[in-house]
Amino acid sequence: MLHTFVAYVEDKPGVLTRVASLFRRLNINIISLTVGHSERPGISRMTIVADANDEAGNRIRASLYKLENVIDVDDIGRAPAVTRELALIKVAATAATRSNIFELAEVFRARIVDLAPDSLMIEITGVESKIEGLIQVLNETENRVLEVCRSGKMTMRRGHHSSGVLRAMGAGEPDPPKPGNQPLETTDNFADNI
Amino acid sequence: MSNFEKNENAHLTTPTRLTGSEIIWATLVGEGVTTVFGYPGGAILPAYDALRKFPIRHILVRHEQGASHMADGYARAGGKVGVAIATSGPGATNLVTGIATAMLDSIPMVCITGQVSSKVLGTDAFQEVDITGITLPVTKHNFLVTRSEDIAPAIRLAFQIAKSGRPGPVLVDITKDAQQNAAIFDFAAAKPKPYQPHPMLSVVNSHLTDAAELIRNAKRPVILAGHGILQSNAGEQIRTLAERMQIPVGMTLLGLGGFPASHPLNLGMMGMHGESWLNNAIQEADLLIACGMRFDDRVIGTPKTYSPNSKKIHIDIDPAEINKNIKADVALIGDLREVLEQLLPLLPGRDGSAWLNTIEASKGHAAVRDIKNLPDNGHLYAAHVMHDLWRITEGRAIIATDVGQHQMWEAQYYRHEYPNTLITSGGLGTMGFALPAGIGAKFACPDKEVWVIAGDGGFQMTAAELATIAQEKLNVNIAIINNGYLGMVRQWQEFFYERNYESTPLVSPDFVKLADAHGIPGLAVRDRGELEAAVQTARSHNGAFLLNFLVEKEDSVYPMIPAGAALHEMIRRPGHNPLVERPEDK
Repeated sequence: MLHTFVAYVEDKPGVLTRVASLFRRLNINIISLTVGHSERPGISRMTIVADANDEAGNRIRASLYKLENVIDVDDIGRAPAVTRELALIKVAATAATRSNIFELAEVFRARIVDLAPDSLMIEITGVESKIEGLIQVLNETENRVLEVCRSGKMTMRRGHHSSGVLRAMGAGEPDPPKPGNQPLETTDNFADNI
Repeated sequence: MSNFEKNENAHLTTPTRLTGSEIIWATLVGEGVTTVFGYPGGAILPAYDALRKFPIRHILVRHEQGASHMADGYARAGGKVGVAIATSGPGATNLVTGIATAMLDSIPMVCITGQVSSKVLGTDAFQEVDITGITLPVTKHNFLVTRSEDIAPAIRLAFQIAKSGRPGPVLVDITKDAQQNAAIFDFAAAKPKPYQPHPMLSVVNSHLTDAAELIRNAKRPVILAGHGILQSNAGEQIRTLAERMQIPVGMTLLGLGGFPASHPLNLGMMGMHGESWLNNAIQEADLLIACGMRFDDRVIGTPKTYSPNSKKIHIDIDPAEINKNIKADVALIGDLREVLEQLLPLLPGRDGSAWLNTIEASKGHAAVRDIKNLPDNGHLYAAHVMHDLWRITEGRAIIATDVGQHQMWEAQYYRHEYPNTLITSGGLGTMGFALPAGIGAKFACPDKEVWVIAGDGGFQMTAAELATIAQEKLNVNIAIINNGYLGMVRQWQEFFYERNYESTPLVSPDFVKLADAHGIPGLAVRDRGELEAAVQTARSHNGAFLLNFLVEKEDSVYPMIPAGAALHEMIRRPGHNPLVERPEDK
């Protein structure tokens, strides 16, 4: 099962290595990890997608908290959230085949960001399935995909803040602590579209 | 220069300009350190040069692995944070085994290593190694300090991390230029932010009442007591729980001594080489109260078959251990002593005699392990050594064991009555641990009787520390259980590899001569009849003494739970009379 965690970590040298080393030690595969500055100075925000058994989420979260530089860990679980990824795709294209790709880009609401005699570059943001969809279509037609560069998933809870943000704002916990500290769950599954 | 030469503690109250080297020791003094174990070298030389100005005793070891195990044994016996010092490169890497040992057994330890100058970091300089990178998975946290002004805050934070929550080792790597440059040292200002407990600690009232209800209604409960009862100092609370609710107590290896062995409710050690009646009781239990233990694989057999009909209450300070190996029905995540203090008021007394009588009866039906029933046909068995040692020392000595068969026999036959008297590597199972850990324990408890018990294999791994004993004139007694094999491996080869004793027969030096070469007297013992006199000779000698016990070569530890088997599927000692255990006559 894929688990998605949002971790607030101190923006210090070596923190990324510590997190990666932890997953290695737990023998859990990181599918993607992206990190960047957050809304708080000196604090970075990591989105980690890990492949582990269903019950491992709690253990991963508990282990991350044991790292000195980790401030907050949110297990997104199945909570309503917006998930996005960015991809740059370089496709072989001549003057004759270009317009074909322009139409595809239109459908996927992607943008052409580079044009050269033999190739063009597509920029696309969206959920994983949308990006995979475009790549699949490009592969199936005569277009040749030359390079794909993907950023890894970023995610943020809809409306309802993460506990770390609320604590920082001094507004307390979003929900009373549940037995066993299970991640917040909801039966609503907002479609992961637009 | 500085104030501290006039007033020893001036540097603690008045900000003073000191070199980084002086700041290291000044901070350690401020943290209450009196003894450190180490080995100098180029990158840590500036620090060593400053040492003489400070009231800290430095013990020179013979291998940095010895320093790390000494700091570990010191912490286990004395309850303080152990400190080891080494230089860069090979000095630092030699600490790694000891750091990993401390990590797996949750021992508070701070290791300070020298590092090459920050100007040449990352260039493969002489004796440069990325020790912070290497120790990432085996430390709670580590620091690379490149500026003098960062030394005191890093060391103070290291001590806080080492001691707090679930304890563990921390490494502080300090570059040579940081040691040489100067900075204002302000001990008070270097204090870290207050410790924030793990956010997932959880002791909620509904869980406490759930646990209390399970305990009140249980028909066949067992308390499983692990290392947590020693680290939380919860012996009294466990005793109250056991006595008031009449629930028997089983121990993990690292819990031994936390609940007195002589107590009628103490069932002994559980697990792979644990007592058969305890393992059976666990399998038949309807409630397990796990206190400060982590359901390690040596203790549970296999998760699928472990105590199948019981509910489990898991009390531990580390949220990552809950539901890791065994699913808990109720989890109380916090300090064991505090949790028990909150739980006890919810528990009125209870009559547990039915279950207790069942277990007592099974002890009789199970092969009796009483040493008196083993025929003494002139052979010397390790069990005899352990039992006699226990009897002669009245169970009061501090025992540091190595790893292997002797370690299991010690756990079975030396009935530890008091906490922090068994110093043994459980989680990592590090051979070579005994001698240096025993030395560390003796420094922590100079007035206590300390015995190092090691096999012929493990002893040779760190035998060089005999010279440390000689140099420091330590009174530590050494018992070598010498069977000419890597005993535990040989046992597995006997049971599971059709007696293919590949690379297990061991030719050892004459240990008595080896000790003598260090100026340490010794005796070889071949006969059970000689045992008592030899032990008394060692004890009455004012100084270190080595006893080389030449024991039965192919004895095995029983019971044994083979890998993959359930806790009740133990291999028992074969014998003519199934009710009485006896060794095979040769």
